[in-house]
Amino acid sequence: MAMNEPVLSRLVAGLAAGLIRIVDLTQTLSPDFPQIVLPPEMGQAWPFRIEEASRYDARGPGWYWNNFSCSEHTGTHFDAPIHWISGRHLPDNSTDTIPVRKFVAPACVIDCSRDAAADADFLLTVGHVKTWERRHGRVPPGSWVLMRTDWSKRTDPVAYQNIDETGQHTPGPDSEAVRFLVEERQVLGFGSEAIGTDAGQGFHLKPPYPCHYYMHGSGRFGLQCLTNLDLLPPVGAIIIAAPLKIKEGSGSPLRVLALVAEPATKAGARAASKPKSRKRRAPRTKRR
Amino acid sequence: MTRPLVRPARKNPILRTRLPTLPPGLRSRVALGLTAAAARGRFELQVCRDCATVQYPPREACCACLSRRLDWRIVDDGGELVSETTLRHSHELFFRERMPWRLGLVKLDCGPLAVAHLHGDCAPPPSRVRVRLHLDRAGQAALVALPDKDTLHMADDRQLREMTCDPKFRKVLVTDAKTPLGQALVEAVVAAGADLVWAGHAEPWKKPPGFERLASLAEVSLVPLDLTNSRAVTVLAGEIGGRVDILINTADYHRNFGIAARDGVETARAEMDINYFGLLRLAQEFAPAMRARGADGQSSAVAWVNVLSIFALSNFPPHGTYSASKAAALSLAQCLRAELAPSGVRVINVFPGPIDDDWNQTLPPPKIAPARLAADIIAALRSGAEDVYPGDIAQDWLERWRDNPKALERELAALPHQ
Ligand SMILES: [Zn+2]
Repeated sequence: MAMNEPVLSRLVAGLAAGLIRIVDLTQTLSPDFPQIVLPPEMGQAWPFRIEEASRYDARGPGWYWNNFSCSEHTGTHFDAPIHWISGRHLPDNSTDTIPVRKFVAPACVIDCSRDAAADADFLLTVGHVKTWERRHGRVPPGSWVLMRTDWSKRTDPVAYQNIDETGQHTPGPDSEAVRFLVEERQVLGFGSEAIGTDAGQGFHLKPPYPCHYYMHGSGRFGLQCLTNLDLLPPVGAIIIAAPLKIKEGSGSPLRVLALVAEPATKAGARAASKPKSRKRRAPRTKRR
Repeated sequence: MTRPLVRPARKNPILRTRLPTLPPGLRSRVALGLTAAAARGRFELQVCRDCATVQYPPREACCACLSRRLDWRIVDDGGELVSETTLRHSHELFFRERMPWRLGLVKLDCGPLAVAHLHGDCAPPPSRVRVRLHLDRAGQAALVALPDKDTLHMADDRQLREMTCDPKFRKVLVTDAKTPLGQALVEAVVAAGADLVWAGHAEPWKKPPGFERLASLAEVSLVPLDLTNSRAVTVLAGEIGGRVDILINTADYHRNFGIAARDGVETARAEMDINYFGLLRLAQEFAPAMRARGADGQSSAVAWVNVLSIFALSNFPPHGTYSASKAAALSLAQCLRAELAPSGVRVINVFPGPIDDDWNQTLPPPKIAPARLAADIIAALRSGAEDVYPGDIAQDWLERWRDNPKALERELAALPHQ
């Protein structure tokens, strides 16, 4: 305890001084945000829905509140290993049993935004990961790998879903890249800006939905519908991603935050012109 | 010849919107038999089982032999216009506002003498006419005499239009324009002369075949509308609610399961969320403005159409949870009808048999084609009916249900399940 105090004090001081910035990686939970699309005969994930209980009116004169409903996999959300059949027998595989220390972890951000802009079906390969590692170092065990595609900048839900007669077209990792991250790098999980951790055409990969299959089959996690990944450095950010403690939950919508250390010079400049830089960093809210 | 309707001038915003008034209402229970026939668009009068005398107005005992055995039956609707009169004074607010009003005395071929509202194209007496039973704005049955043969622009007759909900020059919201029925209806409403059609569409990222074609129609405006999303319904009502003259609720969630064939309640809940709660959300947000516009000039708010299902009358076990959701919707539609009644806005409930679409794929024919159902809905708007049973299956089930609901229940239970 005595040893911890100075560490946390330094954290608090760093936050207060603007040396540590907090970036919101979360999309707003809104009825207009698209949900995952499955064939209509299958069980469906509920979109986010909200009903007013009262708004300072006859239903409750002095207060405003709502009831909301959604799937465990709506909006920016966390996938637990039990979500996939490959992870169903693992210990501590659901949102209520995962050790909480895993909810705070470092992140490696791989920038695939150019590739994704050129090809909506872009697949991240082992080669891409190794190229990234040559510049930023080996992916440390226990870290999140976040695939930056700038897909979250597609504020039109039609463009975000990007569905045609052959299904969805969104970027994701290929099978070998997932196995490499799981087996060779021992990552904590994989995060994506698109609606799934797997590519839109991931059903046609071997195995189908490899990111779900291998990550969850090895007790790793998923984060999807992330935003603001372009505000993170390739390495060094700390992710706070704690799902709701749903009994036997397969996942949950959650607020995902990133702690980012400011470069010393930038932090100084920021202190000098606080309002301006705060405005620039206001998290983008999506209008859908 | 009826002068064709011209597109109404824009509303003068400094004038108060007229409040709806209604023709005199409240009839005896026996007279409601006439309303029941008019609701289905049938020309039925009481016929004595003992002496075959046709009765009008409705009564408890035969006017010829005093027998109490009077049956409602379809009778010959032909007649002779004996005399006519034009009403220029009335103590009834509804008629005062609509003077002059033509009435005629008709000698029906089936016997009785009756006073009827007279279409403008009826030739001066003596002349041949056809008599219809229409619901008036108060939801009561009224006799309407039409010319013997159809005339040009006959639907545009001022008095007739007071009893119909013709889409011509009206603004129409089709709540789900993506389904085969929704697409067919949008096109049918445009063809019927609607001024503007709002085509509701949920989940814009899903583009069913044919849907993009609708957007190219000049009268069509695509509007986002998902009946599961209360806020979206509220927003759209705020944007267009005050202009909707006819609302056609085509939104439907249909899966084919009974109780045992599907684990859990998710499918049934989704059906209820669209078919029942969706109607409730729509009604809460759109009905108030329509209620206020029941007398808003030539193109007032006139009709609310619910596409229900013949399964609403009696459960079809292979589609058991869907049937239950449609039964719930029917019950709610009756509540809506009661609440809209004072405004004269008619609630038309449509009970089609199985529609020829994906969710009835494995049902044997006959199935009603979406375009045919759309045509029947337009016909219902142009008539004076409020309960419509399109298709052979619907007609057959309705008759069996009216004859003996328990027998129909047993017959449906005995059908081979899918
Ligand atoms: Zn008799």
